Amino acid sequence: MNICVCVKQIPDPNSPAKLGEGHRLVRDGVELVMDPGDEYGVEEGLQLAEKTGGKVTVLSMGPERANEAIRKALSMGAESGILVTDPALAGSDSLGTARALAAAVRERGFDLIICGTESTDGSTGNVPPQVAELLGLPHLSFAKKLEVEGNTIKVQRQTPDGYVMIEAQTPCVVTVTGGINEPRYPTLKGIMGAKSKTVDNLDLAGLGLDAATVGGDGALVWVESVQPAPERQAGEVIQDEGQSGDRVAALLTELKVL
Amino acid sequence: MAEIWVHVEATADGVAPITLEILTKARTLGVDVVALALGPDAAAQAAKLGEYGATRVLSDAREEYKQYFARPAVEAIAALAYQRKPLALVFGGSYDGRDVGCRVAARLGAGLAASATDIKVEGDQVKAEVPIFGATQVVAKAFRGAGPHVITIRPKAFSAEPGGGGAPQVEEVQPQLPETAMQVKILETVVEPSEGPKLEEAPVVVTGGRGMGGPENFGILQELAGLLGGAVGATRAVVDAGWMPYGMQVGQTGKTVKPNVYIAAGVSGAMQHTVGMKGSKNIIAINKDEEAPIFKLADLGIVGDVHKVLPQVIAAVKAKKGG
Repeated sequence: MNICVCVKQIPDPNSPAKLGEGHRLVRDGVELVMDPGDEYGVEEGLQLAEKTGGKVTVLSMGPERANEAIRKALSMGAESGILVTDPALAGSDSLGTARALAAAVRERGFDLIICGTESTDGSTGNVPPQVAELLGLPHLSFAKKLEVEGNTIKVQRQTPDGYVMIEAQTPCVVTVTGGINEPRYPTLKGIMGAKSKTVDNLDLAGLGLDAATVGGDGALVWVESVQPAPERQAGEVIQDEGQSGDRVAALLTELKVL
Repeated sequence: MAEIWVHVEATADGVAPITLEILTKARTLGVDVVALALGPDAAAQAAKLGEYGATRVLSDAREEYKQYFARPAVEAIAALAYQRKPLALVFGGSYDGRDVGCRVAARLGAGLAASATDIKVEGDQVKAEVPIFGATQVVAKAFRGAGPHVITIRPKAFSAEPGGGGAPQVEEVQPQLPETAMQVKILETVVEPSEGPKLEEAPVVVTGGRGMGGPENFGILQELAGLLGGAVGATRAVVDAGWMPYGMQVGQTGKTVKPNVYIAAGVSGAMQHTVGMKGSKNIIAINKDEEAPIFKLADLGIVGDVHKVLPQVIAAVKAKKGG
């Protein structure tokens, strides 16, 4: 099975992010990592490739630096990478991003496209279903379990109170949740080997995309203003000296919970 | 009058809370509120949709919407919106709403503002407010072009209240559903039984973080939640570590909760988590690190070891209940 796993490079979720000029994410001087949520997608792709005798290609969009995120996935075991990169893509909204990724997928042709359910920085999950729609492919989302039988993909799709079993034929797009597997750590050998693996760069011309449909120029949603959200007032902080149980019970009584 | 269309999520048990929340907001916007009731369960709910704010219902009771995942609704909504050009299409930022809404936006080539917590209509423009960076900042998003524009709404952004609206005007529709819409079959729906109230609806939520030390220590949280008529939640770190299932996750990835009382035990207060709980009316935090960011949100913060504090809390609660 020829598998594509999409990954995104994001600011380290453990350090605070900020917006700069044009309300765009500041990337300079910030540690960037492969989205931790994407590790599940890479792992799932690798396991399927091992099972079906296929290979995993990693796909990302971003500036040249996003190569580091692709290398991370390559060091876990993916075979090769594609970086969609072009200055004209800066400021893309979700549809612009989906257009660029879909064009890269179309260019290569894959049986299965795996993405994380949503990025850790944006957390909207817009892009994967949009990639599927643009390619005219089915998508199976929020997978907490994935089974392959021939060309049939069966997914346990997470729901608020359980799951629903859904099924489609390849080619299709699947989004995976954290917890679908236990992502492997890159081995030293994997890290060394990743350096000699091929990562192809694709720009707009290579994708056959019109600059007017992507990037800041093509974005149909724009940021009008950014305001600080109302802050919550901190209350009282006490040291536990054996009295905290009574304090909590007193507060719960006051709040009519008890 | 401009029209805003609201995608209806419903099961045999009734209309999903997210749909009623969106209708409650939409009816204040000075627009025609049109509910898209696709599938037999949604189509059976016209009266309820009217009660919460729909002035009209586009109704299609065909079973296909229930048998196949997402795409029949995508095809139907895209076809109807293409013909009739509403100002905006609004979906829940829920599992189903996101899957349908994102595809509709891609199909129509429409702008998409996701996970919004407010909608505004100014003249012939619609705007969406979206919290970012763990809800520390709010971005006002505007759209280019005439629309339709697509917005998804975070659960619990609005509280659902019936507005006493009369019976809506129901229009039966039957847009064409191509073969390709039937590519993802729904085989089985499984409800995993859980004890006590649902996390999103519980008046008290007791959440454990990494500081709980391991899954074996979650029993004490269950006990406390049971005593308070509440539900147990978990942070992303706990779920990713495999201690607790994804369905218990509170946060940006996971559920948004707004209980009367939120008790965070061994939770540091990463933004990823706080965005899903900072709307709680009262927050109690227990953490051994006095620098933990969770204390900035807490009405009562206790600096101490969860393994020592929680047994005290349980004993004191039992004493109160007994007395």
